[in-house]
Amino acid sequence: MEAGYNFAYLDEATKRMIRRAILKAVAIPGHQIPFGAREMPLPYGWGTGGIQVTASIIGPADTLKVIDQGADDTTNAISIRRFFARVADVATTERTEDASIIQTRHRIPEAPLREDQILVYQVPMPEPLFRLEPRIAETKRMHALADYGLMHTKLYEDIARLGRIGTAYNYPVMVNERYLMSPSPIPAFDNPKMDRMPALQLFGAGREKRIYAVPPYTPVRSLDFEDHPFRAIRAPHACTLCNSTASYLDEVVTDDQGGRVYVCSDTDFCRTEQERAA
Amino acid sequence: MSALQPGFADPVLDAQASFRAVLEAMSRPGRIIAITTPAPAPAPLNTAAAAVLLTLADAETPVCSDAGDAVAGWLGFHAGCPFTPAPDRARFVLATGAAPALTVLDAGTEEEPQTSATLIVQVEALAAGEGWRLTGPGIESEHRLRVYGLPEDFLSQWQAQRARFPRGVDVVLCAGDRLAALPRSVTIEEG
Amino acid sequence: MYVAVKGGEAAIDAAHAWLADARRGDAAVPELTTAQIEQQMTLAVDRVMAEGSCYDRGLAALALKQARGDGIEAAFLLRAYRTTLTRFGHAAPLDTAAMGITRRISATYKELPGGQVLGPTFDYTHRLLDFALAAEGVTRDAVPERAADEAAIPRVSELLAREGLMQREEAAEAEPSDLTREPLAFPADRSARLQNLARGDEGFLLGLGYSTQRGYGNAHPFVGEIRQGGVMVEFTPPELGFAIEIGEIDVTECQMVNQFHGSLTEPPQFTRGYGLVFGSGERKAMAMALVDRALRAAELGEDITAPAQDAEFVLYHSDNVEATGFVEHLKLPHYVDFQSELENIRAMRRNAV
Repeated sequence: MEAGYNFAYLDEATKRMIRRAILKAVAIPGHQIPFGAREMPLPYGWGTGGIQVTASIIGPADTLKVIDQGADDTTNAISIRRFFARVADVATTERTEDASIIQTRHRIPEAPLREDQILVYQVPMPEPLFRLEPRIAETKRMHALADYGLMHTKLYEDIARLGRIGTAYNYPVMVNERYLMSPSPIPAFDNPKMDRMPALQLFGAGREKRIYAVPPYTPVRSLDFEDHPFRAIRAPHACTLCNSTASYLDEVVTDDQGGRVYVCSDTDFCRTEQERAA
Repeated sequence: MSALQPGFADPVLDAQASFRAVLEAMSRPGRIIAITTPAPAPAPLNTAAAAVLLTLADAETPVCSDAGDAVAGWLGFHAGCPFTPAPDRARFVLATGAAPALTVLDAGTEEEPQTSATLIVQVEALAAGEGWRLTGPGIESEHRLRVYGLPEDFLSQWQAQRARFPRGVDVVLCAGDRLAALPRSVTIEEG
Repeated sequence: MYVAVKGGEAAIDAAHAWLADARRGDAAVPELTTAQIEQQMTLAVDRVMAEGSCYDRGLAALALKQARGDGIEAAFLLRAYRTTLTRFGHAAPLDTAAMGITRRISATYKELPGGQVLGPTFDYTHRLLDFALAAEGVTRDAVPERAADEAAIPRVSELLAREGLMQREEAAEAEPSDLTREPLAFPADRSARLQNLARGDEGFLLGLGYSTQRGYGNAHPFVGEIRQGGVMVEFTPPELGFAIEIGEIDVTECQMVNQFHGSLTEPPQFTRGYGLVFGSGERKAMAMALVDRALRAAELGEDITAPAQDAEFVLYHSDNVEATGFVEHLKLPHYVDFQSELENIRAMRRNAV
């Protein structure tokens, strides 16, 4: 373990402050809790919120998995996994089923998560209304009043103009029918997985200094309209490697002649599927 | 004055383990969780309440306690928390005797409901699978919890508080080395 | 057959090795020492201390060396180090009237007690490249000795205040805000605003301050005074109960004097815009003072019409460590989101046809 730094890098006073914020976040599902985010040795915007949440909950008994875009071997996921191996000396894994804590950027694993797992999201912009109202003081008031007319209007205008809702990722959700929440920039495809998930979901936004949470089994509803129900979009293909027609796919450009293949974004899921078929 | 009792044997890892116990309890209201890393707290503090406060209280969080000087001295030394006699100014309210009314504690504001107090109540016993019917976030269908030693009108206090959501007090019930939590989001009905 | 590319781990290691090599440059050129940076790149060191929010010349010099001279990267390194240090409390307000002056100028008075001291300034240098500096072993001219001023030099703002012409600002009883502990909240009090600006990016504040001079915000500023030099830092440990000196730091202070027409409760008078930064950071201190005054629009009952007067806009965007992180995060993979957008756009195009 790295000498000169505390277990999991953060000092104990910082962990306590973050732990208190996490508990209040769990008690008020979907509500953003301001917290005194620290400067981390990784840049803001690169997962410092998720890292601070993970550092505050992780212990020697945990096994950590880190994914970025669904993959364990993307450079930023590797960098974060290395950070925790270095400062907390915890076991790491690439297997979803073996992990007790999964820190993620932009995806929810395909395999259903269990009660004994915690999913930690890295969040760039925690405020779901920020494109419609950039002023935090104003959006705080809207959340207090559960005044989300602005978002409904925006989605409705999309439908009027485009014939469908124009949001394909970071698709806003209502948590327990009270707070409008950003699911972080996961594809809308993943939104249904948040609904009544057995695992605890924690969200950390370091630069914006907010923590929020969705407790297990909490209703999470993607905003929609009766005549335009929410649709989870994926590329209409099978994975080239494992043949899955259910998983979320990355489009890989293979040449400059229009050649494309589609592969699972969740690398662990894809490997598991291939092993099962073999 | 007798010698001060020690705190957590391993202040870093024991606090982490206790936090995960509290987090699990708060995430799954009514589920009973055991503290596995006890600290030798002075009476009348029980193991679970001691672990919660050592894990969460510090110089930033005024504590209101009815537990007497020995507990205050121990907590003040190990957690470094200031004490306040005013329950409405405290971030943590510790009740080893009769629990105070929820309405006298800080419930936060509509915009900042997270500034509310957390009430740590020592109760005689907790039993799962019977008693109250708990529903809400954290609960798949329902949890059953019986609590021995709460004020008789606690349930009506809770129902009144539910109407104020998102404002409200979160409660941690501590019996011996076991605890269960009632976040403000949970609905409680007589079993 | 498509095979997924692996090897991110090896790529990261290779990139780090390459970075170290690029940092060193041509091995035939002697390696820079941090002492050289500390002594000869003093203003870069000062800026890194100011934006890194940590007063330590040696560490700032190390950060600059490690960052290959990139000031924002160096400030980031220093901040990440700073955040691991234990916070003991807050110091007593600096008494800049008792400063050991190395520079002191006023634009509002020709003559004033304590005099004008130009100090080591670029102000009246002709900006002609000095090719003699490119040759090594330049001889130094003797610096004229200046009689040490033992008496404290009164601040210009105080001269005005005694006449009732400058708005008095009362010392606050409350503990000052600390943005490194508590996130910004609005309305932000003056201590939070000033801390934010003191840590803020010099370029951002310069542009904003400049905008107030060009009509974006109703500014009529005069440099009441700029002073640079060393001040004592005093701290009261709770267990002692009295203040002790814990060290001396160099700072630059700028007090801008601004016109104010008065309100129902206040007579016409001058108001202050305040800037204070670590080290020699005159440009930053001046820009900070302009922006501080602009941000007082709400409390002084002035119309808020310009970006520099908009506290949320200014304070949320002034921090270059936050800004660079978020701007640069765009180079991280976003292909999952992009894939969603692709499918969405394809579907919309099908609908359109």
